[in-house]
Amino acid sequence: MNPRRATRAGWNTVAVVLFVLMVFPVFWMISTAFKPDDQIVSADPSWFSLHPTIAHFRAAIDTPFFWTDVKNSLIIVCTTVVISIGLAFLAAIALAKYRFSGRKLFIVLMIGIQMLPQAGLIIPLYVVLARYHQVNALTGVILTYMTFALPFSVWTLRGFIINIPRELEEAAMVDGSTRLGAFVKILLPLAAPGLVATSVFAFITSWNEYIFARVLLNDQGKQTLTVWLSYFLGSSRHTDWGALMAGSTLTAIPVLVFFLLVQRKIAFGLTAGAVKA
Amino acid sequence: MSQAEGTAVAAGAPGLRRRRFSRGRFLRGSVPYGLIVPVAAAIGAILGYPLYSLVRLSLQHYGLFELISHRGQWVGLDNFRSVLGDAVFWHTLLRTVVFTAVNVSATIVLGTLVALLLVRVSAWARLLLTGGLVLVWATPVVVAVQIWYWMTNFQNGVVNYVLTKLRVGDFFQHDWYATTFSQLGLVTTLVVWGALPFVAISVYASLAQVPRELVEAAEIDGARPWRVFLDVIFPILRPILLILTSLSIIWDFGVFTQPFLLIGQSHIHPGNYLMGVYLFEEGYVKTDFGRGAAISLLMLLMVSAMSVVYVRKMVRMGDVE
Repeated sequence: MNPRRATRAGWNTVAVVLFVLMVFPVFWMISTAFKPDDQIVSADPSWFSLHPTIAHFRAAIDTPFFWTDVKNSLIIVCTTVVISIGLAFLAAIALAKYRFSGRKLFIVLMIGIQMLPQAGLIIPLYVVLARYHQVNALTGVILTYMTFALPFSVWTLRGFIINIPRELEEAAMVDGSTRLGAFVKILLPLAAPGLVATSVFAFITSWNEYIFARVLLNDQGKQTLTVWLSYFLGSSRHTDWGALMAGSTLTAIPVLVFFLLVQRKIAFGLTAGAVKA
Repeated sequence: MSQAEGTAVAAGAPGLRRRRFSRGRFLRGSVPYGLIVPVAAAIGAILGYPLYSLVRLSLQHYGLFELISHRGQWVGLDNFRSVLGDAVFWHTLLRTVVFTAVNVSATIVLGTLVALLLVRVSAWARLLLTGGLVLVWATPVVVAVQIWYWMTNFQNGVVNYVLTKLRVGDFFQHDWYATTFSQLGLVTTLVVWGALPFVAISVYASLAQVPRELVEAAEIDGARPWRVFLDVIFPILRPILLILTSLSIIWDFGVFTQPFLLIGQSHIHPGNYLMGVYLFEEGYVKTDFGRGAAISLLMLLMVSAMSVVYVRKMVRMGDVE
């Protein structure tokens, strides 16, 4: 083996070790979720069970309010995403396609707001929402989620729209389309992947959100899945590690699936070919 | 766009140009404003108004009673005086600054190293490691906290088992939650683990811009790897590293979920507060919203000062097009 090859093999080994270290926590979650109890608390833990069980998943699902909280999470997240993307799409078109005074200020706001730490916002949001009786209500949480989903969506969508070559739209208008027609026929389909990707990212961030939901939702029947998971340990006297890991897996699954989907979407060089051809 | 379109429309209707011009132009000029109004109004209502209330609240005594009657008592700067005169505030601030410095340095240095590694490995190893990084990136924070909690459990935690097996020391029934140092150390591993993929993948993406010939030329000239990195690679990475560092500083300074859930509310006390947790406990848990508002305001001002660099950089990048 020549020295160059040997170094490459060395780096590959480092990469594999690093991979194992990074992925291990996620592996351990799934492995624990499927292990029978006696193997979980064994003094000599096995890496995975040869007799996997789904009892822990059943236990996690059977805990009170699991399905209610899944439903709450879905309602909150979907409403947040639909409203945010709808409003943000309009603003993103303005930012990407027009120059107007105040544009820069608007951009500064959209970027700056995303930097505000959520912890710093809980007090004013809680007090204001309490004034309008929106504490312990899903609508209140949706409003707070829009504080991060809106600016994020505006900024991300703007990035997608700006990359749509204006030649396409102009060509459509030269061919006799109206401005609205060009928008519906050209801009909307080309922006679709961007809309999907941004929606999915907004979905993930909202699904994962914890602090606003924790502060605003006190009734057990009104909480989100992340809050449900954070209280999981407190709900039983002895720690049911298997069920905790099963619950964690269930909470993570939608995010994992979506995340892997979007990774590809974003890599799509969508409009690059359209102009050159 | 608006310019090109303006000439097209004007050329299409020569006879009517004079009369319609100003009105059409006014309408066209108002289109972008019409498009941003919904977002601007929503942001004003859900963020602008609460921030205005935050300033008011910070000047009021606002407890549970005031929360119900919706009316606070004006107390001037009492809340600020009380917070700034509290040793807990200053200790928390110092602890948070140190925590942020450690976490950000670890994230950026390790992330850059992983990115440099990704350039050097074979294609299959790169695919494997990137896949792993994406998986970690996608793990929700609350889920990661539960995994950490399970792995570091003193009785059956796999961390104690592995460390003992590897003869790092005797970790049999070692309690990782016994000291503040160890608690915040665990939080650090959790934060760095979660942030590493984003940094590594971003740096790796901009490493693609480093010209190969330049690196090879430097190597032929006898430059050591460290010099190659400093003189050839680092200047190209500078902008992205600046962005990632400022983002990490802002995120880690305001971190809440990881310390709050991993240390656990029963183990949280003024001696291990980080800024986000301090604010939650003092303002929300103790239902002293006025004082909490003062702390929030101070924290938001500090973070805003820190974000100036980042926001300016991003606006400049976004305004190029």
